[in-house]
Amino acid sequence: MKQLFSFIRKEFYHILRDKTTIMILLLMPIIQIILFGFALTTEVKDTQVAVLTTTNDEASSRIIDKLNASAYFDVVAKIHNEDEIQTVFRDAKAKLVVVFEDHFAEKLRHTGKAHIQLIADATDPNAATSFTFYASNIINSYQQELMGEAKNPYQIIPEVKMLYNPQMEGAFNFVPGVLGMILILICAMMTSIAIVREKEMGTMEILLVSPMKPIYTILSKITPYFVLSCVNFATIMLLSVFVLKVPIAGSFLSLVFVSLLYIFVALALGLLISTIASTQIAAMLISGMGLMIPVMLLSGMIFPIENMPVPLQIVSSIIPARWYISAVKSIMIQGLGFSSILKEVGVLALMATVLIGISMKKFKVRLE
Amino acid sequence: MIKFLLRKEFKQIIRNPFLPRMIFIFPLMVLLVFPWAASYEIKNLNLSVIDNDHSSYSRRLTEKIVSSNYFRLTNVSANYKQALKSIEKKQSDIILEIPPHFEKDLVNKQNSKVMVSANAVNGMKGGMSMTYLVSIVTDFNSEITDELLGGAASFSDSKPSIQIDSQYKFNPHLNYRVFMVPALIVLILTQLCGFLPAISIVFEKELGTMEQINVSPVPKTTFILAKLIPFWLIGFLVITIGSAIAWAVYGLVPAGYYSTIYLFAGIYILTVSGLGLVVSNYAQTLQQAMFVIFFFMLVFIMLSGLYTPIDSMPEWAKWVASFNPLKHFMVVMRSVYLKGSNPLQLSKELFALIGFAVFFNVWAVLSYRKKN
Repeated sequence: MKQLFSFIRKEFYHILRDKTTIMILLLMPIIQIILFGFALTTEVKDTQVAVLTTTNDEASSRIIDKLNASAYFDVVAKIHNEDEIQTVFRDAKAKLVVVFEDHFAEKLRHTGKAHIQLIADATDPNAATSFTFYASNIINSYQQELMGEAKNPYQIIPEVKMLYNPQMEGAFNFVPGVLGMILILICAMMTSIAIVREKEMGTMEILLVSPMKPIYTILSKITPYFVLSCVNFATIMLLSVFVLKVPIAGSFLSLVFVSLLYIFVALALGLLISTIASTQIAAMLISGMGLMIPVMLLSGMIFPIENMPVPLQIVSSIIPARWYISAVKSIMIQGLGFSSILKEVGVLALMATVLIGISMKKFKVRLE
Repeated sequence: MIKFLLRKEFKQIIRNPFLPRMIFIFPLMVLLVFPWAASYEIKNLNLSVIDNDHSSYSRRLTEKIVSSNYFRLTNVSANYKQALKSIEKKQSDIILEIPPHFEKDLVNKQNSKVMVSANAVNGMKGGMSMTYLVSIVTDFNSEITDELLGGAASFSDSKPSIQIDSQYKFNPHLNYRVFMVPALIVLILTQLCGFLPAISIVFEKELGTMEQINVSPVPKTTFILAKLIPFWLIGFLVITIGSAIAWAVYGLVPAGYYSTIYLFAGIYILTVSGLGLVVSNYAQTLQQAMFVIFFFMLVFIMLSGLYTPIDSMPEWAKWVASFNPLKHFMVVMRSVYLKGSNPLQLSKELFALIGFAVFFNVWAVLSYRKKN
C-alpha cells in the first residue's frame, strides 16, 4: 500500500510541475461550457426574411410588420421582382422569401381570396420546416384578426406544454451533452499519453523493473487525473447551475455517483489507448481527434439515437458518452430517480471493468 | 533550400507508422458512417394518447394523427400520470390529451381544446413533434368546421382567406444528408489540417531535432513554409477523397463548381494549418499542443453552424462566431454544394478567410523563435 501511495505521489508531481498544462486543463472546460451553454440552441430566432411585393398595400404591410415584430423573424429586404429571389438566396441575404401576389389587398377585399407564397432556403431542412411553420402561423393570425367576428365558429384550441423545458432554453438541451463530451475527451486525452510517454522517454524500464504490480501502476496513473477531472466536473456543475441556470432537478448524489463512474471509464479508455499506442502522437491523435467525431455524433448529444439506423444504434452503445448523457438528462433535466438510470449505471460499470481488464492484459511487463 | 526541407517533411510524415494511414482511413470512416447518424429527420414519433372523450371525433383525430406518417401510437393511457410515466420510460415522445366532452363542447359551445405535451429534453425533437401535431389538429379543425357548416354554405368560401403555400428551395426533399455531408468534409479537413500541424513543430522540439534546424541558416519564413506546404497538399488530397465519396456513395455533386470549392479550400487549409503552427510554436510539450488545438477545434466546430443555426445565437456569440474560420468555410461548402454559389457571391467569406490565412501564417512566422 505504501508503495502505491508513493507512486501516486510521483504521478502527482508529474502533473503538478507542468503548470501550463494544468492551467490549460482547468480553464478549458470553463470557457467551453459557458460558450456552448449560451450559444447553442436549436430554436429558430431572428431568421432573415425578404419580402416580395409589387404593391405597397395595407394588408401586406400589416403582415410584414407582424413578421418583423415576432422574435422569429427580421425583415431585412424588400424586393420587387421574381428574379431577385434567386439573388437573395445566393447572396445569403435571407433564408425566407415571402411572396405576396399582385394586388394582394385588393384581391383579398374583393374576392375574399389572396395568395402568399413562402419560399424557404431549405439547405438546413429542419430550420426551414420550423420557420415556414412559424410564418404560416403569423399569417394565419392576421387572417383571424381580419375576420374579427366572422371567425371560424368552431375552435379546437391546442394547449401546448413543453415538458421539462417550458422556456425551450438551449442550455437545458445542451448542458448534459457538452458535459459528457468535454469530460470524456479531456479525460481520455490526459491518460492516453500516461504510459506511452514513459515508453518514449525510457522511464518505463525503471517502472517495469520495480516490484510494482501492473494494476498498481495503472491505478497510480489514473488517480491524479481522477482528482483533476473531479475538479473539472465540479466547476462545470457550478457554472451550469449558477451561470447557465440549469437546475439539477433530480438527486444530486445520483448525479455525482454516475459522473464519478463515467470519469473513471473515460480515464480507463485513455489508459487503454496508451497501452496500445506505440507513440505519443498516435495516442493523442486517437484520443483527441479519433474520439471527437464519434462522441459528438453517436452519443445522442445532438442527434437522437432512436432516429439512427439500427446498425449505428448498436455501434453507439459502445460509446460511454451515450449512456452518461442519457443518465444526466434523466436526473438533471427530467428529475427522475436513481432507479431510472440503473441500466446506464450498469453499462458504465461493465465498461469500466472491461477497459481496465484489457489494459491489464495489454500492459506488457517486458520491453520489446 | 526549401526543396530539401520539404523532402525532410514528407519523409517524416511518410515514415511515421501512423500518419499516412490516418490520412486515408479517417475521411473514409467519417464519411461512410456518420452521415447516417447525423439525422434530424423526424419520423416515427411515439405518441401517447389519453382519450377521455371516447367519441367519434376524438377517435377520428387520433386516426388522423397516426395516419400522418410522423406519428405512431405507442401508448394509450387512462390519465396524464400514466402517460407521463411512458415518457419517462422513453416509450413516448409526446402526449395528446383529449378532455371529456370534447365532441359535445365543440358542437354545442363551438369551443373545445386538446392538451399537447411534448418531451423537450431534446429541444429540436420536442419542437418538431409539437409543430407537426399542432398543424394536424388545425387541419382537423377546418375539416370538422366544413362538415358542421355543411356543403354549400361552406365556411372556407365565405371567409376572407389567405392561401399559403410553401416551397423548399435547394433541398426540396428536405434531405438531411445533403445538408450534413458537405459539412462533414469540412470537419475532416479541419481536424486533419489542424491537429497535424499543431504537433509537427513541438514534436521536433521533444525529439531534439529542432535544435539542428535552429542552428542552420534556414530563414524563419522558409521553415514555416516548408511545414505548411505538406499539409496544404494533404488537405487537397483529403478534400478530393471527401468529394469523391460524396459523389460515389451519396450521389452528391456540387450545384456550383468544384473549382470554387478548391479555391476556398486552398485558403482555408492555410488558415487552420497556420493556427496549428502557431500553437505548436508556443507549446512546450506535445500534450500542451494537443490540448490547446483541441480546445480551438471544439470551439470552432460547435460554433460553426454545423449543428445549430448561427442565426439563433445571441449577438455576442454571433460576433465570436464571425472570427471562426470554420464557420465561413462551412457556409461556403454548403452554399456551393446546395445553392451553386460562386466566389463573387461568397466574397464576404473569401475576404474573411484570406484575412485569417494571412493573420495566422504571419503570426506563425513571427512566433517561431530560434533561441529559447
